[in-house]
Amino acid sequence: MTVEIARHKGRPRTRDYIGYLIEGFEELRGDRLRADDPAIVGGLGWFRGRAVLVVGHQKGKTLDEQELHSWGMAKPEGYRKAQRLFALAERHGLPVLSFVDTPGAYPGVAAEEGGQARAIADTMLKMARLSVPVIATVIGEGGSGGALALAVADRVLMQENATYSVITPEGCAAILWRDAAFAPQAAEALKPTASHLLELGVVERVVAEPRGGAHHNPEVAAASVGEAIAEALAELDGIAPQERRRRRRERFQQLGQWSDPELPPGTLSLFGGYTTG
Amino acid sequence: MNVTVEIERRDSNPVKPEWACPSCKQPARLAEVRANLMVCPHCGFHLRISARERIRQLVDEGTFRELWSNVLTLDPLKFTDLETYPERVREAQAKTGLSEAIVTGTAAIDGTQCVLAVMDFGFMGGSMGSVVGEKLWRSAELAAGEDLPLVAVCSSGGARMQEGILSLMQMAKTSCAVDLINEATSPFVTILADPCTGGVVASFATLADICIAEPGTQLYFTGPRVIAETTHETLPEGFGSAERNLRLGHLDAVVARKDLRVKVGNYLRLLGGGEEPDRAATTGGRERGKGGMAQTALERAKAFAAYARRPFVGGDRQAAGEAEEPAAREPSP
Repeated sequence: MTVEIARHKGRPRTRDYIGYLIEGFEELRGDRLRADDPAIVGGLGWFRGRAVLVVGHQKGKTLDEQELHSWGMAKPEGYRKAQRLFALAERHGLPVLSFVDTPGAYPGVAAEEGGQARAIADTMLKMARLSVPVIATVIGEGGSGGALALAVADRVLMQENATYSVITPEGCAAILWRDAAFAPQAAEALKPTASHLLELGVVERVVAEPRGGAHHNPEVAAASVGEAIAEALAELDGIAPQERRRRRRERFQQLGQWSDPELPPGTLSLFGGYTTG
Repeated sequence: MNVTVEIERRDSNPVKPEWACPSCKQPARLAEVRANLMVCPHCGFHLRISARERIRQLVDEGTFRELWSNVLTLDPLKFTDLETYPERVREAQAKTGLSEAIVTGTAAIDGTQCVLAVMDFGFMGGSMGSVVGEKLWRSAELAAGEDLPLVAVCSSGGARMQEGILSLMQMAKTSCAVDLINEATSPFVTILADPCTGGVVASFATLADICIAEPGTQLYFTGPRVIAETTHETLPEGFGSAERNLRLGHLDAVVARKDLRVKVGNYLRLLGGGEEPDRAATTGGRERGKGGMAQTALERAKAFAAYARRPFVGGDRQAAGEAEEPAAREPSP
């Protein structure tokens, strides 16, 4: 089952992809306010000869690592670190490559009281504002708002066995079925798979993995991800910076399904003519 | 000789109070509670109110013009839990008399014309799915395009799980909508009403220029139960309350329901910039709202409808028995 492959212990993590795809990575740490959150790693490096900013959730593999990185569950300081790095990328015209791999934002008292909600919201808003190219790749678990905070991108890529969902199957079952034991049914109903998300337009591209999952051959998995990122980047390079921002907004505007008898779907901007500030 | 006779009054059938406050348990007459804006006259406990009641309380009389009430929910995932998603939606519609968990339109608040979006917790827990996201987007677009402020009353349990990933995407969509308003420099004010949690509080609700809450509102991204189950931490006293959030720096103010209209009106005037409006004009804001400003509202809504090439239908709602308030709901446990 996909959820199990997405959560597999040996699955390559953000740092593995950085290792395979980014030359001369320089990690940059801290939110410049109070802390450094190891659940989100970020830094500068060379992607196929080009300077880029990389930001991603880091889960860790050994138990010690996982504990250090809070299983990839970021706290407000993690999201604020990401925001600071986005600003840096914007200032210097660097494309942003993000990697999504988290069960969700960290569910703790200090995180909540430190402004988790606003930190996530603000990260999305700051991503929406970028004029540099932004490419997000879902490499494992894309869990809820904590994942989406790093995925307000021009192109969202998703590995074949990764998942991306509004809530964990367990959480959904506990609420709607009133019993977490219904997680398999919830997983079925939520349809968090890459192929379904491609159909809904939530992701632009599904990246193939080696047979049995990325953990069977991380190097090959990374090469495919690198190829997909390079192609997306080449496409985005052809778009003017302010136009990228407008189209990114439009991309998210289109996500959702509703009926409106008087305004057929596909009618985009009601106020196409408004002037930008 | 004095004889004292003590008479103990014993009602075999004590009169059941018409209404008892869920917080202080003291009884009151329902009419009294209603007249007090659905706030307990004894302890000040703010009861949850419907979107229609909220609009009635917040805007200048007769100025609300509803838009986009016919944007309707689909079932993109063919989702079924204990019931099918369309069944749940139909039940919520029957219960609330609303088409979705958000009501949008234009209105004047204390004399200032604005776009208004009001969420209703009674409609599937105020959950945000595609329709909530779309109506919020259109509200933002209208505000940006017409240079009007946007006021949103947020009350929600979070994302509409029955729409799966598309409900999550509404967090990004509404955040992009905020980018749109910010770019157009339209003022944006949110009022958080109990409860405001999950995906809504982690998107547009907390991205406003000014973000206030009603007393006692519960605000959090992750709820106490999940925190307790996941991290086994002990929750501090008042965790998630508006009052605690104010002290922690996450809100601009905690404002009692009776003060909301004037307070928000002030914010809108200040964010509008320029010279302080004439005192007389300010205190006469309601009159002004009824006159020139309300007319402008109507014109704008009509112009908008014309732009969207469809009939303007919002005009007569107020007259068509909107005073018929839905029964107040008690907070769910």
